[in-house]
This record gives sequence, structure tokens and C-alpha cells, in this order.
Amino acid sequence: MKPKAFDYMRANSVDEAVAGLAKTGEGARILAGGQSMVPILNFRLADPELLIDISRIKELDYIKIDGNAVQIGAATRQAKVMAWPELADRIPLLAKALPHVGHFQTRSRGTICGSLAHADPSSEIPLCLAMLDGEVILKSASGERRLAAADFQTGMLSTAKRDDEMLVAARFPIAEAGTGYAFDEMAQRRGDFAIVAVAATVSASKIRLGVGGVADKPTIVEWGNIAGDELDDALNAFAWELGGYDDVHATARYRRELVRRLGRRVIEEART
Amino acid sequence: MSELSGTARHNISFTLNGETVSGSAEPRMLLTDFLNYELGLTGNHVGCEHGVCGACTLLIDDNPERGCLTFAVQVDGRDVKTVESLAGREGDLNDLQLAFRKHHALQCGYCTPGVLMSLTAYLEHTPEPNEEELRDMLSGHICRCTGYVGMVKAALDVVEQRKAKA
Repeated sequence: MKPKAFDYMRANSVDEAVAGLAKTGEGARILAGGQSMVPILNFRLADPELLIDISRIKELDYIKIDGNAVQIGAATRQAKVMAWPELADRIPLLAKALPHVGHFQTRSRGTICGSLAHADPSSEIPLCLAMLDGEVILKSASGERRLAAADFQTGMLSTAKRDDEMLVAARFPIAEAGTGYAFDEMAQRRGDFAIVAVAATVSASKIRLGVGGVADKPTIVEWGNIAGDELDDALNAFAWELGGYDDVHATARYRRELVRRLGRRVIEEART
Repeated sequence: MSELSGTARHNISFTLNGETVSGSAEPRMLLTDFLNYELGLTGNHVGCEHGVCGACTLLIDDNPERGCLTFAVQVDGRDVKTVESLAGREGDLNDLQLAFRKHHALQCGYCTPGVLMSLTAYLEHTPEPNEEELRDMLSGHICRCTGYVGMVKAALDVVEQRKAKA
């Protein structure tokens, strides 16, 4: 499988990249790590006129603390974020999720923002950003805007990004003291797409549970700090509400069971 | 900014296994195809061509990356290493290759170049992995002959050898 012909632009700055988007419109696509984009091109599921390669834009390759969030640039690779010594303290949920993202050999190239822009419903990084009420920064030739994660991802492989915009950074809120974070998933093999991925944050008064891989985007539910049968009942109701489906990877019933069991497991882990 | 037309070939030049190489490629040409068909290399193998099987894994600036998810024009000016970089000039195998032979870590050999390049990078990144960590790393490769048992043994053997030497 080989891609169709496309023009290729190696952008040296964000200004160049957004100028390319402004000129070519919906025919242009951004290439960062390419770990989702290039398979899509090889399969000819997408057929862009112009590919704008942002992987060498130095101003987009950073991890910085900005206010109450860690801001990660669009050219920053997953491996770099995983190796960041402060990750487990600043964004423990992402630290727990990243080992599940692809493989050693794809995280060395794949980016945090690329996964967000691709918006696969079973992806771990969009689930983490949504769970933490994070934000993305979108830039076009005419300006910049911030969107909450919940408003950015609109469905399966779709986002609120306009054709003339690119995702330049993601902002993950810094961990709060007194809140526990946990992540787990079930995949056929390590590194495969998650059949169900779950993330939990638990504080003294609140449980938040996020699920990926079942609905068309990460789905989050919030409860008081319940336990025991009350928690089991709430998990069961949530598992049914998600509207799982049968497909080649798993049945809807199996997905519900995973939500109940993995959900329980991550909540207990986040509690301690 | 450099914008390359999709229907023309463009000159590229990069370092391959320590030597400067050059040629021309359309933007859509995958690095794997450039290595095999433009440069005539046979070491880097192509399996699935969508980044899943790991056969085409090579090093770009010493990072393990999928050659089939990289366009040749993207490595202009970069440093690329394939399995051909491992053996010495007289074809003498390096410690990892010798361990693969000793522990029967390959049968048909199709996935082997990619696995060797992954392990080359991984043992720099994690010099003393345990078996679980090695198996996690090897999940990025599909081998239908060995069941990965020999690969894990070979890698652990190399870890011990390098520790003894250090």
C-alpha cells in the first residue's frame, strides 16, 4: 500500500505551517509523528493535496509548566514526555497511561498532540486530557483559541478544529494534592488498540471515572465518594448507558463487564 | 519553508550507516522503498506497511522508528541506521547478533532486522531490563516463528555480557 501523490512542505515555524493551511484549506493535513497519519495515507483513507510536516519545528518541541498546567507542544514526542522526570508528580494519570500508548518503537516518534488531533475513541491520551479537564490550543493565520478537551473532541476521529487551524499545544492540569489517579485498559495484546480503557480520579468527596473505547469519544461520569454496593450499582448503570456495541474485537456484553471490573479496579487504586 | 511538488522527484541526502548517501524521491516514497529500490539495500524488511509488524524498524538519529511510516524526504539531513550497521567491516557479527544465533532467536529471519534495531536502541535506553520489560518492548514486533522466547534469552545474555565487561 502506497499513498497517493501529495505535495510536501517542511515547515520551519508555526507561521509557515498555518500559512500553508490558510492557502490550501481542507486539502492540507498536518504531519507530526505520522504514527496514525501515515497508515491512513498508506491505506488511502485520506488523500491530501498538501502534507505539512511540523516535526522539525523547534518552537513546538517543549514541555513547560505554565500556570496550573503542563503545556506540551505539538512536535513533542510521547517518548520525551514519558522520560520527563517530573511527569509522575505533575501529571500522574498521563504517566500511568503512556506505557499503554502504542509501543516503544512508535512512542519514539508519535506525539501527544497528534494523538489528540487524530481523536481515536480508544486512544489513551484524549481520555487523559478529558479526564483532567485539560485544554488544547489551536492556531490559524488569523489567531489563536483555546478549547476545553470536552469541546474539542466531537466524536469518532472528529474534532472541532477548523481546516485552517492546527493544534499547537495541549494543556494538562497539574495534579492536585489529595486526589488519587489511576489508569488501566484491556487490549488483545500490549500496545494494541484498547477494547476498553478506564481512568479514575478520586478525592475525599468525588469520584470521576472516564471510559474510552466504548462510546464514540471519551465518556466521563462523576459521583460522590461512594463505595460498596452503591458503587457497583453505579458502575453497572454507567456500563449500560455507554451503549457498547458488538464488533470483531469484543461483544457489547464483554465491554460492559470490562467497564464494571476495570472501573472498580481503577477507582480502588486511585483511592489509596 | 521548502515545498516539494508531489509529482516530481526531489534530491535528498542523508547519512546511512555512517556514510553519506543521496538520491531522489517523490514526497510519497516511503523510506523503506527508498532504501530497498533506490539504494539497493536488502537488510531492512517491509511487512505490513502500516506500522504494526515492526519488521521495518530502523534508527533515525538513534531513535527506533518505523521505516514504513517515514517518507524518504523526511530524513533529508538525518542519520539513519539499518541492520547493516551492526556487523563489523569483515562481516563479523556483533554481540547481539551472536546471541541471536546462539539462542535460536530467529527462524525465517524476516522480522529479525527490525528486532535487532529495536533492541540496539532499547539496550541503550534501558541497559538492564528484566524479562517482563523486554517482552513489553518486543510487543512492538510480530514474529510468527519463535514465540519470542529465544529473543528474550538472547537479549538477557547480552545484558549479562555487557554488565561483565563494564
